[in-house]
Amino acid sequence: MATWLRRTRAVAHYLRRSSGRPSSSRVVLDRQGAPLPAVPPLGSVGIGGAAGRISPAPFPVFSAKRLESTRAEKHLVSVHEAEDDDTVEDDDDDDAQVLDFPGGKVAFTSRMQFIAESAEERVPCYRVLDDYGQQIENDCSAQVNEELAVKMYTDMVTLQIMDAVFFEAQRQGRISFYLTSMGEEAINIASAAALTDDDVVMPQYREQGVLLWRGFTLQEFANQCFGNKVDYGKGRQMPIHYGSNKHNYFTVSSPIATQIPQAVGAAHSLKMDKRSACVAAYFGDGSTSEGDFHAGLNFAAVMEAPVIFICRNNGWAISTHTREQFRSDGIVVRGQAYGIRSIRVDGNDALAVYSAVREAREMAIKDQMPILVEALTYRVGHHSTSDDSTKYRPMDEIEYWKMSRNPVNRFRKWVESNTWWDDKKEVELRNNIRKQVLQAIQTAETYEKPPLSDLFRDVYDTLPSNLHEQESQLRETIKRHPKDYPLDVPV
Amino acid sequence: MATSAAQRFGRRLASSVPRRRFSSSAAAAAATGGSAVQRTQNPSLNLCSAINQALHIALDTDPRSYVFGEDVSFGGVFRCTVGLADRFGKGRVFNTPLCEQGIVGFGIGLAAMGNRAVAEIQFADYIFPAFDQIVNEAAKFRYRSGNQFNCGGLTIRAPYGAVGHGGHYHSQSPEAFFCHVPGIKVVIPRSPSQAKGLLLSCIRDPNPIVFFEPKWLYRLAVEEVPEHDYTLPLSEAEVIREGTDITLVGWGAQLSVMEEACLDAENDGISCELIDLKTLLPWDKETVEASVRKTGRLLLL
Repeated sequence: MATWLRRTRAVAHYLRRSSGRPSSSRVVLDRQGAPLPAVPPLGSVGIGGAAGRISPAPFPVFSAKRLESTRAEKHLVSVHEAEDDDTVEDDDDDDAQVLDFPGGKVAFTSRMQFIAESAEERVPCYRVLDDYGQQIENDCSAQVNEELAVKMYTDMVTLQIMDAVFFEAQRQGRISFYLTSMGEEAINIASAAALTDDDVVMPQYREQGVLLWRGFTLQEFANQCFGNKVDYGKGRQMPIHYGSNKHNYFTVSSPIATQIPQAVGAAHSLKMDKRSACVAAYFGDGSTSEGDFHAGLNFAAVMEAPVIFICRNNGWAISTHTREQFRSDGIVVRGQAYGIRSIRVDGNDALAVYSAVREAREMAIKDQMPILVEALTYRVGHHSTSDDSTKYRPMDEIEYWKMSRNPVNRFRKWVESNTWWDDKKEVELRNNIRKQVLQAIQTAETYEKPPLSDLFRDVYDTLPSNLHEQESQLRETIKRHPKDYPLDVPV
Repeated sequence: MATSAAQRFGRRLASSVPRRRFSSSAAAAAATGGSAVQRTQNPSLNLCSAINQALHIALDTDPRSYVFGEDVSFGGVFRCTVGLADRFGKGRVFNTPLCEQGIVGFGIGLAAMGNRAVAEIQFADYIFPAFDQIVNEAAKFRYRSGNQFNCGGLTIRAPYGAVGHGGHYHSQSPEAFFCHVPGIKVVIPRSPSQAKGLLLSCIRDPNPIVFFEPKWLYRLAVEEVPEHDYTLPLSEAEVIREGTDITLVGWGAQLSVMEEACLDAENDGISCELIDLKTLLPWDKETVEASVRKTGRLLLL
């Protein structure tokens, strides 16, 4: 309980005891804590004040006139009456005043105090492994066995290599665009590992590792990046805008944070269908400035939706550092503002991310409530292939995070310390994956593009007459000007 | 003055019920399978009651359908959602926080999971915060995913249009903004019986739809509305008055005004053909084209 309230009640208690006043009478204290002169019970004041006299008090709480208009008395309860309210701890048997408003009971204070803009200390960050991959405490909450650990590690390496090779492919002009998750491999893979396949994932765009974990193949990734005819998205979107209904991974869309309120709607569906599953909505630090973030978290709390909000706070939104994004203590403190349980976790610690998301998932489903997980990390790569981040941040900062704070190396050390991994396996894995990614790119490149008809379909469930007309006109134009039509797009 | 004009049209509307009955009973006949005009006694309902009825039927016929928005729980500021929460429970009919982008975003997510989500925006004037969700998300949800996902179950309802005293922010007709967004449909009913059938179609149509309800007609328009579950086809315009000299195309509340204009024009010897577009996007070009071929003139209001 707040110190000030305790002190106020303690003083009231002492004063009442020392003056022999019955404990049930209300005491109003002035600012020094001294009781004000006794006033007759408020109910005895008649209209016009004929029945009694209110002695003039230096700090009048109620006047007859105010009583008439506000009927405040019925909202003014003593702590004894509020006893059945769990939130009021009644360890002292006095009665500091508590007022009833539509939002619930609040205690009075006569001390004007503003809540500071920030707490004295930042919310601490949960971690299981230290920077050298050693478990800090002999805490078995991680529950990661060999099979799981090796799958997590190999997927982190696969993600790393896939990102690097695809990035290069863009630089070579083979795909138009790419976006890496370098530095965030632990968030991607470990959070995905903590979810089940039934959990619905609503990503932003830097969560390809989650899709990888669920079984999306390197070939399927490549197909989307090349926009070929076997791309599940039918070649319509820019690269990295993956989506897979068989993996419960909603299609990426470029606008920021739009998935957040959608996640709440999806979670409400799971709740009403009584599914033992939750929604995991991912987003970055920049997303939290969007209105949709506010909308989503507020709705989630009110709807008691089983959704985990996973924020990848990687320090940058393209070139905008978090200091220019918000002034709160990161994202974790915002949770409480919405009435959402939250945790801050070391996003570069795979075990911490895994156990935090596991726990969050259990609470979300069992207690049907939203949870906010802020994973602190660093965006090692550029925002995308359209960005050169050395223009706005120092090279040595990038190098530091890439080498000394690398989540993949850190987890590797832990896995190796359990003798579940070694150098030989490492070399083999990296070679294999690299070959596979290159092969996937080669294969994706040879596929045709989707047919022309795919341009017009799926705008609606069926083709409306105006789009049918457009398609006919386009085909006529192509017939008239065949030389202007691209060779690799089947008509 | 606006008030007296409304009163004038109101009285005329009441007296023009016979005319309405012609088109609506044709619709009702269509709904009952094209049989001859039946003289069954259908109760007279106003527009908001017709919409209320449609919502009751929608929720009754699909257990995975939801109605939500600001103040819908107690019945809504226009009483369109009366009785729904009591009948179907708080999990399916509920108030949302005051946030249009949240309402539509939430609706998209709900619809994307295969549910029918009927979201209410309290006034069309307040739909703009949701414009991003509607244009960038709902409209493109199916296309951008290669048809792996869709939010076709989403219907967004909003009262639109002037009533005389609404001012800047309770009177807007923003339908045109949405008419340039492929992927959504825009539907506007002109009368109670049309509203019920069209709304049920919208709710069951597998595409996200914005349904604007002419609030001016909520209480003013009264006609017989068939009690059963019926739908009216989308993207089909209706010639509600035949003529030879000029084609007038309109939708929603203005049609009642246009009908008066047609009567006035008749006195001047001009024969007007009046078309209710009903669905503004995708619109029925064939019907309008056929009419203009006949009359040679087109006036869009």
